[in-house]
Amino acid sequence: MSLRIEVDGQKVRRARHAAELVTGEVQEFIGRHTTVSIERTVARFFGIDGVDGDGVPLPNIVTENVRAAGQLGCGVALSIARAMDYHDLSAQEVAEAVSRRAIDLGKVPARRDAQARQLAAHLAAAAAKHVRERRAERETLLRQLPPGPPPLLYVIVATGNIHEDTVQAQAAARQGADIIAVIRSTGQSLLDYVPYGQVSGGFGGTYATQEHFRIMRAALDEVSREIGRYVRLVNYCSGLCMPEIAAMGALERLDVMLNDAMYGVLFRDINMKRTFIDQFFSRVINAYAGIVINTGEDNYMTTADPVRHGHTVMASQFINEQFAVRCGLEDWQIGLGHVFAMDPAQPGGLLLDLAQAALTRAVFPGCTLKYMPQTRHKNGDIFQSYAIDALHDLVGVVTGQDVILLGMLTEAIHTPFMQDRFLALEGARYVMTTAGGLGDELDVRPGGKVAARAAEVLDGAVEMLEHVARAGLMRAIEEGMFAGIRRSRDGGKGLEGVVERAPDYFNPLMDVMLATNHAGRSGAAQGGARP
Amino acid sequence: MSEAVRSEGKVQPGARTVDLTRVRPYGDQWDDGAVQISFTLPLAAGPAAGEAARQLARKMGLDGVKVVAQRDLGGSFSFFVIYGRTTHSVDATQVDVPRPRFKVMGFDELNEYVRRRIGRKLVVVGACTGTDAHTIGLDAIMNIKGYAGQHGLEGYPEIEAANLGSQVANETLVARAIDLEADAILVSQVVTEKEIHIPNLTQLVEMLEAEGFRDEVVLVCGGPRVSHELAVELGYDAGFGPGTLPPEVASFIAQEVVRRGLA
Repeated sequence: MSLRIEVDGQKVRRARHAAELVTGEVQEFIGRHTTVSIERTVARFFGIDGVDGDGVPLPNIVTENVRAAGQLGCGVALSIARAMDYHDLSAQEVAEAVSRRAIDLGKVPARRDAQARQLAAHLAAAAAKHVRERRAERETLLRQLPPGPPPLLYVIVATGNIHEDTVQAQAAARQGADIIAVIRSTGQSLLDYVPYGQVSGGFGGTYATQEHFRIMRAALDEVSREIGRYVRLVNYCSGLCMPEIAAMGALERLDVMLNDAMYGVLFRDINMKRTFIDQFFSRVINAYAGIVINTGEDNYMTTADPVRHGHTVMASQFINEQFAVRCGLEDWQIGLGHVFAMDPAQPGGLLLDLAQAALTRAVFPGCTLKYMPQTRHKNGDIFQSYAIDALHDLVGVVTGQDVILLGMLTEAIHTPFMQDRFLALEGARYVMTTAGGLGDELDVRPGGKVAARAAEVLDGAVEMLEHVARAGLMRAIEEGMFAGIRRSRDGGKGLEGVVERAPDYFNPLMDVMLATNHAGRSGAAQGGARP
Repeated sequence: MSEAVRSEGKVQPGARTVDLTRVRPYGDQWDDGAVQISFTLPLAAGPAAGEAARQLARKMGLDGVKVVAQRDLGGSFSFFVIYGRTTHSVDATQVDVPRPRFKVMGFDELNEYVRRRIGRKLVVVGACTGTDAHTIGLDAIMNIKGYAGQHGLEGYPEIEAANLGSQVANETLVARAIDLEADAILVSQVVTEKEIHIPNLTQLVEMLEAEGFRDEVVLVCGGPRVSHELAVELGYDAGFGPGTLPPEVASFIAQEVVRRGLA
């Protein structure tokens, strides 16, 4: 279905094996820890929502209360269920009582723990059932309102106000967009809580709240029916609240989540231990909810030199893939990111980009690849910018990418105007029309520049992954091996939210979802279909 | 055009004399005033929307308005591309753009200047402050690999550069600058949506003043929407816009340190 390129299968197997070792070591660490955000997520799945008089979310209050009692290593599930059982209250009522200081979760008698455990398992099963229903709803809508021919066209809205966002998103859908991402307010990733309700005044984007998810999903459902094509919704499972955002997305039927295993560490200076632990549960939830995750390797090329460091993108893709497999995400749910990265002044830059895009397609045939445009070499010259985006779209189409994130001609100036998105969609449609089938007609010439570049990138990725496997991922990040950015394992934000699991750690959501995910993955491996 | 000669406020392009006191845009004829604009109106596409767009362009001061493209954006929005001739002109002899005053020095020249005139390494602290996570401008100036083939400040043997990275609180930046006895502070602001950079830049100045450190340091800001004029208005010594090269920033800092006797 696209440009054919020869790939050394032996090297791909070596890279994947090394990535398996790299993530295996980290997974062992993940399995011994929980975090405040994971426990807040459990509280949310139990039905705890809302804020106190000071605007502090109740999931935070409950988690801090369990923590103050020194019991967070056991998880919040049992503490909440105990209080529900003892006081005969709902989870929400327990949370409200904790917030009024009428209940201290550390002091609830543990006499009936068998019953409490059963109650927690029951709450988890009910939450899981609700998530499965939202997933089934999406699958039905996708059948009734099927998307157009690939690639799916992905655009961004970012007005800072959810009600303005819905106007922009509906317009984009009518203009041909298949996927709408609502960019988050700059800085939200560093909040160790999720804002509640309707929050205006975001900068460079709109705060991610569950209410905003609901409003945007409803607006997109409305326009999907109008145009007869299901429009997918994206938000950001990144930052200090990865699993909570995943839970909110699962409950509000988001379709795609930015959910990179290392992005927060590198680009937001979030502590790496916190991120590794959080990404695991967030991806378990995304897998269960039928959500496609997107990784953020495009960001590497905003700081590193794409000619010299193209292999770091591929190495990171293998790592992201292996972390994802451990969460039970099926291949089609693994949306690996890569980028049209070369400096426009680089002679033959298009050949290098074409090589990496075709290589990525060949190495990850079952994944939902997302191809992104560069922003680094854009300036206020919108006409030059539009030309760059056309070539990005062309490489994406010729190499058979599943999703193309559309560049905006005003990328370097402001968040997109309605017309900017229209022009981007029209440009992409032109490329898809005029270059449709071009990839099928072309083979990469063996021994030529494109083939040599692809081999160089793959070789570099193998070498890097085998080095990381020897050093360990945390040390590799400390050495600045990804994106040229160094982070120390105990530095960055959020380490105080990491807690060692007690021997009797209990997280019934993790248990039920992970078991189902792995059953689904092995089912898919035996020929199960992509929904 | 290539033969342009500047003299006494007049430019002589080929056979034509341009009156610099009444400059108008050039499309394909001298003084034709040709401009292109585009915008979206919240009106359903059609002749009435096109006429509305034409009238709006007329009110913007355009003559000979041509609505050359009208596109239906759906949901009662229409996009227009318009050409016309502006009826306005500008007196280019009266245009004054405030710029920081300094001489751009090359890599070797600058290092020599610091050794000779300052006699120790220049300490420069840089950060993207507030919630801004976009380090592209800061990195272009500070990272050793620099920008457009020019080393960043880290690459200068006579500069000790500390790049604090993104999303640095103003408090942290001030504390680090005092700690390192910085000669200069560089602040990069890329996210300027809703003018968020203004209060953020202002707060930094106020904090430095409160710490009694403002006069001890050369304070510089930069970013795609930063002008020198704005920077000076906010209490900075200089502002650098897009396309600025590391040697420009380094030269300004070094010369300003000498000029103010901070060495």
